[in-house]
Amino acid sequence: MRRRAILGYGVAGVGAVALMLFVGWWQVDGAGGPEPVGQRPVALTEMDFRLTDHEGNAVGPETLIGRPTMAFFGFTYCPDVCPTTLSDISGWLDDLGDEAGEMNVVFITVDPERDTVETMAEYVGYFHPAIRGWTGPEEQIARVADGFHATYERVPTESGDSTMNHSASVFLFAASGRFVTMIDYHEPREFAVPKIRRALEEETEGAT
Amino acid sequence: MKEKILTGALAALLTFGGLSTPVAADSQEILVDDVWARATIGVSRPAAVYFTLRNTGGDAVKLIGFETTIAKRAEAHRLKIDANGISTMEPAGEILLRPGNDLVFEPGGLHIMLMGLQEPLVEGDSIQLDLLFDDGGRMPVNVRVRGIAARGPRN
Repeated sequence: MRRRAILGYGVAGVGAVALMLFVGWWQVDGAGGPEPVGQRPVALTEMDFRLTDHEGNAVGPETLIGRPTMAFFGFTYCPDVCPTTLSDISGWLDDLGDEAGEMNVVFITVDPERDTVETMAEYVGYFHPAIRGWTGPEEQIARVADGFHATYERVPTESGDSTMNHSASVFLFAASGRFVTMIDYHEPREFAVPKIRRALEEETEGAT
Repeated sequence: MKEKILTGALAALLTFGGLSTPVAADSQEILVDDVWARATIGVSRPAAVYFTLRNTGGDAVKLIGFETTIAKRAEAHRLKIDANGISTMEPAGEILLRPGNDLVFEPGGLHIMLMGLQEPLVEGDSIQLDLLFDDGGRMPVNVRVRGIAARGPRN
């Protein structure tokens, strides 16, 4: 009898814990939670990573503070998305003219195994001179992606090589490091350039 | 009797004619335009070829394969961007060309991946890519190699 009561309490306890877990899930991840913020990156000032640019300089999120930033992920073995994005960006920078010189433009590899500093230097050399190529150890690249809420994944190909799935958007930050907006992959110039101007203007507002 | 044989022969001729001629002609009704590829750095990276196909015939034609001497393998791939902005590539398989329609291979969509390059694609050069159709047709296409930063066949 007594044993049975203990068992009963036990079942009730397990039930209560399960209920609490469910309520917790409901509030945090479930339908009862707040609207998801989506894939918005945190501010650059909240990020922490150490990489190397294509000229061998040590760089990090602090390198980007003080000027508006356009950043995106890719890899140099990418046949379609990355050269397209780099060409699009080169075109947007041409449109911006002198203003392009006022921003950081950073291409961050998700394939550091193949994209060494030298490889990045050769590759970015084919595009607009404002574009910087950043690479670094695998775990540092992972930290960058965390901060950006970006994802990447190595996918083996039939030929024994690999390709990468990755976030294809271009991220825009204000000079303060605050995230402004994203430009979708291959977004037309008439939408992309005003978005970049917004990031540039935010800098002016912040300064005055 | 003689008449009957003749009719039979004519029917056979028409049947064979009806089967072979228009089918063989299907892929001959395909026009190709705006053919280009980006130059590559070395041979270890894959290349992508783009073009526009127009089916001017009255029947659908299927594009079933690609061959080139410059790469070990040539495959149609399709780029996909999901709701989270993640890009993935997948083999496009056989591609149907509907009569009267254009099919555009362009950055961010369909492209022919050249894998295992035998030599780099050099800006200003041309390479040959053969398009293979389901009616047995083979269409050699001259691909103009543009710069690495090219955005299209003309810009």
